[in-house]
Amino acid sequence: MSKLNARIPEGPIDKKWTNHKNNIRLVNPANKRLIDVIVVGTGLAGGSAAASLAEMGYNVKAFCFQDSPRRAHSIAAQGGINAAKNYQNDGDSVYRLFYDTVKGGDYRSREANVYRLAEVSANIIDQCVAQGVPFAREYGGLLDNRSFGGVQVSRTFYAKGQTGQQLLLGAYSAMSRQIGLGRIKMYNRHEMLELVVVNGKARGIIARDLVTGEIERHSAHAVVIASGGYGNVFFLSTNAMGSNATASWKVHKKGALFANPCFTQIHPTCIPVSGDHQSKLTLMSESLRNDGRIWVPAKKEDAEAIRAGKLKPTQIPEEDRDYYLERRYPAFGNLVPRDVASRAAKERCDAGYGVNATGEAVYLDFASAIERYGREKANVEGIQNPSLEKIKELGKKVVEAKYGNLFQMYEKIVDQNPYETPMMIYPAVHYTMGGVWVDYNLMTTIPGCYAIGEANFSDHGANRLGASALMQGLADGYFVLPYTIGDYLADDIRTGAIPTDLPEFDEAEKAVVEQLQKFIANKGSKPVDYFHKKLGKIMWNEVGMARNESGLKKAIQEIRELRDEFHKEVMVPGELNGFNQELEKAWRVADFLELGELMALDALSRTESCGGHFREESQTEEGEAVRNDAEFTFVSAWEFTGDPGKAILHKEELVYENIELKTRSYK
Amino acid sequence: MGFFTSSIGRKIVMSLTGLFLITFLIVHLGVNLLTLVSAELFNEASHFMATNPLIQAMQYVLALGFVLHISQGIILQIRNKQARPQNYAMNKPATNSSWSSRSMILTGLLILLFLILHLKDYFWVMKFGEMPAGQTDYDLVTGLFQNKLYTLIYVASFILLGFHLDHGFQSAFQSAGVNHRKYTPMIRKIGRVYSLLMALGFSLIALYFSFAN
Amino acid sequence: MKLTLKIWRQAGPGKAGKMETYPIDGISPDMSFLEMLDVLNNKLVTEGQEPVAFDHDCREGICGACSLYINGEAHGPDRGVTTCQLHMRKFKDGDTIYIEPWRAKAFPVIKDLVVDRGAFDRIMAAGGFVSVNTSGNTLDANSIPIPKDDADKAFDAATCIGCGACVASCKNSSAMLFVSAKVSQLALLPQGRVEAQRRVLNMVEQMDKEGFGNCTNTGACEVECPKGISLENIARMNREYIKAGLLSES
Ligand SMILES: Cc1cc2nc3c(=O)[nH]c(=O)nc-3n(C[C@H](O)[C@H](O)[C@H](O)COP(=O)(O)OP(=O)(O)OC[C@H]3O[C@@H](n4cnc5c(N)ncnc54)[C@H](O)[C@@H]3O)c2cc1C
Ligand code: HEM
Ligand code: SF4
Ligand code: FES
Repeated sequence: MSKLNARIPEGPIDKKWTNHKNNIRLVNPANKRLIDVIVVGTGLAGGSAAASLAEMGYNVKAFCFQDSPRRAHSIAAQGGINAAKNYQNDGDSVYRLFYDTVKGGDYRSREANVYRLAEVSANIIDQCVAQGVPFAREYGGLLDNRSFGGVQVSRTFYAKGQTGQQLLLGAYSAMSRQIGLGRIKMYNRHEMLELVVVNGKARGIIARDLVTGEIERHSAHAVVIASGGYGNVFFLSTNAMGSNATASWKVHKKGALFANPCFTQIHPTCIPVSGDHQSKLTLMSESLRNDGRIWVPAKKEDAEAIRAGKLKPTQIPEEDRDYYLERRYPAFGNLVPRDVASRAAKERCDAGYGVNATGEAVYLDFASAIERYGREKANVEGIQNPSLEKIKELGKKVVEAKYGNLFQMYEKIVDQNPYETPMMIYPAVHYTMGGVWVDYNLMTTIPGCYAIGEANFSDHGANRLGASALMQGLADGYFVLPYTIGDYLADDIRTGAIPTDLPEFDEAEKAVVEQLQKFIANKGSKPVDYFHKKLGKIMWNEVGMARNESGLKKAIQEIRELRDEFHKEVMVPGELNGFNQELEKAWRVADFLELGELMALDALSRTESCGGHFREESQTEEGEAVRNDAEFTFVSAWEFTGDPGKAILHKEELVYENIELKTRSYK
Repeated sequence: MGFFTSSIGRKIVMSLTGLFLITFLIVHLGVNLLTLVSAELFNEASHFMATNPLIQAMQYVLALGFVLHISQGIILQIRNKQARPQNYAMNKPATNSSWSSRSMILTGLLILLFLILHLKDYFWVMKFGEMPAGQTDYDLVTGLFQNKLYTLIYVASFILLGFHLDHGFQSAFQSAGVNHRKYTPMIRKIGRVYSLLMALGFSLIALYFSFAN
Repeated sequence: MKLTLKIWRQAGPGKAGKMETYPIDGISPDMSFLEMLDVLNNKLVTEGQEPVAFDHDCREGICGACSLYINGEAHGPDRGVTTCQLHMRKFKDGDTIYIEPWRAKAFPVIKDLVVDRGAFDRIMAAGGFVSVNTSGNTLDANSIPIPKDDADKAFDAATCIGCGACVASCKNSSAMLFVSAKVSQLALLPQGRVEAQRRVLNMVEQMDKEGFGNCTNTGACEVECPKGISLENIARMNREYIKAGLLSES
């Protein structure tokens, strides 16, 4: 199918990228000055790309909806970033990182892309250190590593619990330098509302200045979408409030295929919903599962008593607790991958064993870790026959040193002391593996339109491993796109500046303004949040951790109805020409209401279970996921036809030449 | 922008002149305390201060120090006010900072008023004025304290100076870039003791002569 | 919980504004402060009124977008938290709560509680970086060992989220804590040392141009800073500035 040429270079996997770089067309420095590139998004992906492209000499226009590039959602990433440096001498290598990522993704990612990701991973760390990113270090002055979910090596670089922040500030400082030099023109508080396609090529965007409300036209020779993930379709997620699908969705509607929309990662350890007022969910780092034991009461009456507030978890004796992960997965126990842990929690809660008032929470208990560490510490300090109290006191100190900031964060939100009583956690939407389809050059199916970072369908297949989104964002932005974009732009050195008075700009702007005016003029009765929350409920219940045919069909129906109601009933106060946060939300939710349907459609069409996508029809008797490689070893790439429910499916077959497909087992 | 007109440059001027004034105060208090020992000793010291060429030269430096400190202090205050054209409807600064640190300009200006009074009554008289026949510096210094109101103003001013210095002492180090996890707490303590000594020392003299006879 | 909110309302940049009173009911102590405002806003929208504009994004204390002056303190009465991490259990039923935007000439109000902190970005563009281009062949990350102590101090300074609470709580609207955090982070690392002189001079110059006040060392910023950025950084910046100003040959 001509629509889906992934343009994977020839040759053995470990030579592909080098060969490709050697053969790719370049734009000479003098000509780069004649070329404009728009970068939508200033997260790790967009920020690093904008900085690198500007350093190379292109004129960059960068956009973000926040008041500063530094606030992009990447700032919130906690745990760390992977890189095949093998500093710990534990046998890590590019191949091993490649292998782990493909396996972690449940064999639904493109080998060549993942290999390249692993290949450039080491450069990322060098680059970031050169920028002054303060990674954690050991006493010898060298970089420290930690290990992360499911892998056998220590390859994760980190900066306490704020790795994303430090990496983003690194990219932001590189951007700042180019902004100061005038090579990046930064448009803060601007939202891209439409892509402009001229003669089949991406040539600009329509953006709204969120302060003045002005609609602006911006032209360029290429447009890079780095707008992040769309987890907020679910209303409640660990994403920032403003994270949205608009840029990706508008590009999709203009002709870019959207890949694997249903692949959503649901993270097992988040602070549970406390009530209807909840606006977002907070992640508790995966690292907690190293020491915390997950359980629910073994007896339903106990669970009920806890929910009613009549019983405390600490009053439940050991024999009445169900450490269900240890029970079901003796080999991996509490350290099973994210998707498995999440589903197991849901299974228990659905069965009536959930523990907080809403019945949707399980315990993450540090009591035995505190005791174990306390005994060790007492030993080290030579305390003979320590009392239980002394042991606990010592143990708490050890746990505090490891997870102090997380415990404090938990206490601030929940108002319970996790040193004394187990934490309550529940899975929450965290990351979207799906996104705009791109080829090996990261170009979408619209020539000149690129997608990088979480916005593209990425290298993570059906499930992303911890600490690899940061890696991908920076790999795309620093080391891949700046090379591959030249291949396309080499044709544009004589084009000259793209005028913004072309009819295509007129049309795009007109459509945008009309829609905005419609929102303002709508005499509805309900705020945007009402619809967003409703959509979130539908998505969570039917397109969440477990999906089945009838639920998905129901979801599609409900979303369509909700979409109609939204356009009739939404109430957007304020003006078009001014700062108007309700209008921003309305625009974004309108897109979520379409994308949600496509996600359900995608989930419906993929009748296998793989990674984060679990079809109840495709499981073993014990409830484990069953993948169907014979029929589904492909990327689902959807083409927009005017109605998200009538999208056309294109398949990119995935060819595994270097890795053998296996069933993941954690028993 | 020049070094000394930059925000940090001005602070450094404040800091250095402040430290200089701090040193001057020690000498000043030292000499004054001699009044408590004996009249002759004080008169001798006073005479020495008035005639020694080095001290004479220092007078100009001191004056310059004051002028710089005061002028920079006022300029900073004006700029700082300009930096916040609109105030908060509800503000609770006491939850995050000390009164003395927030009131440097107030205590400073009141000290300035006192300074003018002080110069007029002592310095001017000793230096340029006609001393009434048979009167020594000692008589002049102690005599004024017969006036209870004068004593009150004098004591109040030194209490204000105490507050000015309680913040100013450690602040001067911070401004000059001296901050150390081990030594800064010590500097703070020394500053407190110093401010107390100044406030108490000068006040004691005034009170002594006010109530002595 | 039942509360009385007094909120600064201002239609747009340069327009006159004033404090308005909004009674609100049905607030749960488990709500975050911003969720309380969500409740208010949805109520206002349903009544056909304009909701209160305020900046926010991550709602977990890391993006630095949220920026409210609550009851006389930046980010409210709790310590070590941003506005979005503040919870309603810190207030009592019947309380009156004042909510105002950051106040500083350098942070003009855009609307209601939203201010323009672009000055921070411009200070960063003046020198808050290491001049190193992207390339696949910088030094290996481990080729320069960095003493853990310095790396840790640099990290502590680098955790600044650029929220502006320091400016808001300083009686002089001084930005010294913010600027010094960046100057310190890079001055402490060998990679940043190379340009240390140029950086501190340029960043301070830009800071002054933006119209921030000066530092009186009251320490209010350090107390209100949600990330505990230390005053040590300001001293370090002063040191760097003295060195650069007196020793640089240009
Ligand atoms: C709580 C949390 C913790 C995480 N921890 C880790 C971790 O430890 N390790 C890891 O590898 N990954 C982690 N992730 C995932 C990772 O952080 C993200 O996948 C990644 O940062 C996404 O980067 P990005 O550059 O693609 O997009 P973002 O950082 O989301 O940036 C999007 C940008 O696009 C802009 N934008 C969006 N729409 C528009 C529009 N219409 N117009 C203009 N601008 C627009 C935004 O302003 C923003 O600048 C975590 C995620 C979360 C939520
Ligand atoms: C003997 C008299 C005085 C002494 C010993 C003294 C000492 C000091 C010291 C040590 C500081 C701290 C400097 C710093 O933070 O770097 C200071 C600050 C200050 N002084 Fe004085 N001072 C004296 C008189 C005055 C006077 C007369 C004024 C009148 C305006 C004044 C106004 C100020 C102000 C406004 C500051 C704060 C400046 C700022 O940080 O914004 N001082 N003083
Ligand atoms: S120093 Fe603290 S208060 Fe100031 S911007 Fe940084 S994090 Fe906010
Ligand atoms: S909203 Fe991000 S820090 Fe508060």
